[in-house]
Amino acid sequence: MSLLAKPVELHTSPHLKKMITVDQIMRNVVYALLPVCAWSVYQFGISALTLTLVTTLTCLLTETLFCHLSNKRNTVTDFSVVITGLLIALTLPPGFPLWMGAVAGFMAIALGKSLFGGLGYNVMNPALVGRAFVQAAFPVAITTWTPALAPGRFMEFIPSSLAMPFMSPVDITDWVRERAIDGFTGATPLALHKFEQVHTDSIDLLLGYVAGSAGETSAVLILLCGLYLAVRKMMDWRISAGVFIAAALTTLPFYLMDPEHYPSPQFMLLSGGLMLGAVFMATDMVGSPMTAKGVWLYGAVIGFLTVMIRLFGGLTEGVMYAILVANAMSPMISSVTQPRHYGQRKKREGS
Amino acid sequence: MTLLERFSTRKTFGHGIHPIAHKEATAELAIRRLPFAKQMIVPLAQHLGAPAKAIVSVGQEVVRGEPIAEPGGFVSVPMHSPVTGVVKSIDTLVATASGPKTPAMIIDTYTASDQKVLFECTADIRQLSPAELVRAVQASGMVGLGGAAFPSHVKLLPPEGVSIDTVIINGCECEPYLTCDHRIMLEYTDKLILGIQMVMEAVTAKRAIIGVEDNKPDAFAMIQSKLPKDGSISCELVETKYPQGAEKMLINSLLNKEVPSGGLPAEIGVAVYNVGTMAQLGDLLPQSRGLIERVVTVSGYGVNKPGNYLVPIGTPLRFVLEQVGLKDDFSKIIMGGPMMGMTTASLDVAITKGVSGIVVLEAPEAKSETPQVFPCIKCGACLSACPLYLNPSMLGQLAMVRDYQKMESAYHLNDCFECGCCSYVCPSNIPLTQYFRIAKAINRKIKVKQL
Repeated sequence: MSLLAKPVELHTSPHLKKMITVDQIMRNVVYALLPVCAWSVYQFGISALTLTLVTTLTCLLTETLFCHLSNKRNTVTDFSVVITGLLIALTLPPGFPLWMGAVAGFMAIALGKSLFGGLGYNVMNPALVGRAFVQAAFPVAITTWTPALAPGRFMEFIPSSLAMPFMSPVDITDWVRERAIDGFTGATPLALHKFEQVHTDSIDLLLGYVAGSAGETSAVLILLCGLYLAVRKMMDWRISAGVFIAAALTTLPFYLMDPEHYPSPQFMLLSGGLMLGAVFMATDMVGSPMTAKGVWLYGAVIGFLTVMIRLFGGLTEGVMYAILVANAMSPMISSVTQPRHYGQRKKREGS
Repeated sequence: MTLLERFSTRKTFGHGIHPIAHKEATAELAIRRLPFAKQMIVPLAQHLGAPAKAIVSVGQEVVRGEPIAEPGGFVSVPMHSPVTGVVKSIDTLVATASGPKTPAMIIDTYTASDQKVLFECTADIRQLSPAELVRAVQASGMVGLGGAAFPSHVKLLPPEGVSIDTVIINGCECEPYLTCDHRIMLEYTDKLILGIQMVMEAVTAKRAIIGVEDNKPDAFAMIQSKLPKDGSISCELVETKYPQGAEKMLINSLLNKEVPSGGLPAEIGVAVYNVGTMAQLGDLLPQSRGLIERVVTVSGYGVNKPGNYLVPIGTPLRFVLEQVGLKDDFSKIIMGGPMMGMTTASLDVAITKGVSGIVVLEAPEAKSETPQVFPCIKCGACLSACPLYLNPSMLGQLAMVRDYQKMESAYHLNDCFECGCCSYVCPSNIPLTQYFRIAKAINRKIKVKQL
């Protein structure tokens, strides 16, 4: 018998490997995002669909371009870029001009990711960097909301979507008035509450029959998709939980003091982008801390800042900035919450 | 520790992983003896500590069980001839899978010999004092058979000022594929108990606890049925989880105590022994014999006749594999378990005292492609896998920029015992364990230079 006629593999231990890789995780996040996208397309029609395609494609092309420029292997196959593209689309108003969507996609990858060195090295969530850029650049377009479930939404674009590149979109007030089902004001529930003291029903918020950006709308759907990821252990549920708990706890004292003026905790949780942010953006692995205590702290910072911005800031929505600030704090949070390792001696004993 | 585990009453430690056990191929197979190879390779440094010194010369005839090397110091053990034969050479050669050239003895087996152990005398072990027991354990050449191969008698003599009150016996066998300890617990139960009693005598411990993973209920039941009536020895089930069988983890699971960082279990009054070691002691000491064979699990995809084999120490790996037969399309031959064992490049290495298994793995699906390494995405999987609650991700990033000093000073590199959990779970396929091994080696070198 001739043993070892062929070369054997030499490798250091461990020789077993859990069969899960980065691209699998990222692909599953994409799967979890698809129902949310589908719902937004159902609500807002062809405009939402095209916007999603445009942002995603721009992100993919930008990543390819930067990989090419830096002579790296093309990394679009790891699917993380697709997530960024989908998330950007979900945070934008459905009638957002497509060329501005492309700008958001480009900025997200270029400024938020490639400049830092690509996947794993970015400090902040790229999707939010892209959105923050367009929010600053196009403040009007990003607060122009259109009604959900408008008739004929699968046949025609919302007029503002098709603005020529580098041109302002047409005014859509008349278009909205034509299609609006009784009393649509073009304001999100948060804006309604903040500026007009109008309270939106929790059930509507839960199911998504409200105005808002494509992904701000159905809390139930987002929670279900998040649950899928959490069960598959591809998302840290503690971060989302931390955001929810902190947001509710921060709102509660104000609500108890003055229920007329301040929103209730459940309204705070269900309105705006908090759900999408807590489930899909705050949990972005790269920008969040890894230590057990740090994860809770990070979630709590996001929840607290969101509520503070919403209640006392000039903006109606604060999730985006809250997450970006928390992203920036994450290394610091990590370093002050290093776990107590096994057998650690007490300080006074000296180690 | 997940939420469910918090409410569970099962004894266990925090973190860790659950690899597929792959034990079904050999768990039911009784221990069988392998034939003697025509030529034996006996490395003189197959334990931790100083190498043994040969006391026979080339051309000398040796009898199975005869001492052929004396301990090279206190942390060292003698060697005994695994066969009756003649010493062919004493040379430095690559005799173990770990690589470097070490002194080793080659013995040609007398094929016509009946291979009877003639070097023995009955000893009344119940009459021995602790000090005599320690000497007897060293004379038997016993080392930790779980894989570390640390001379057993050293652990019987705790440093000044500490005393051992609890002896923990490790019957976890948390490494996938391996079943030798499982079979030993089932088949050598009486010898195992006797060995434990002798060790308790030697360290004057009040109690002993045998920890068995709960995937071996038959071994647990067998031990329970044979425990002495005085209650000094107990047997406990612990959760089936890797690395349950690591000394620090098992102490944590059974006693809810931690070994201080950088310290020894003796500091908290505990000594840990493997079941295989205890069973061998219970067998060897009453007859004053030396350690000349051990149980080795040979398993894995590439093995035609997997099983638990009693192998003479010094048997060449090639001979073992010829006996069990290999499939054509294997990729790796691992000495030890797949989580902590090492691959071997040569078949002309010996089965040493520390080899608990030989695992032959198949080639991965995509042969040509090595797994793609992604950058760290900070998912934190390694943090929730590390049984020592270290931060492997941070250590890995420091290793990438070669800040080995900081790894040691700020992130407790030296506590890492290279169990491999972090590499196992890493979705980015970063070889973390390997980084840490390299970092430790470099730090050791730097320290030697500074001295």
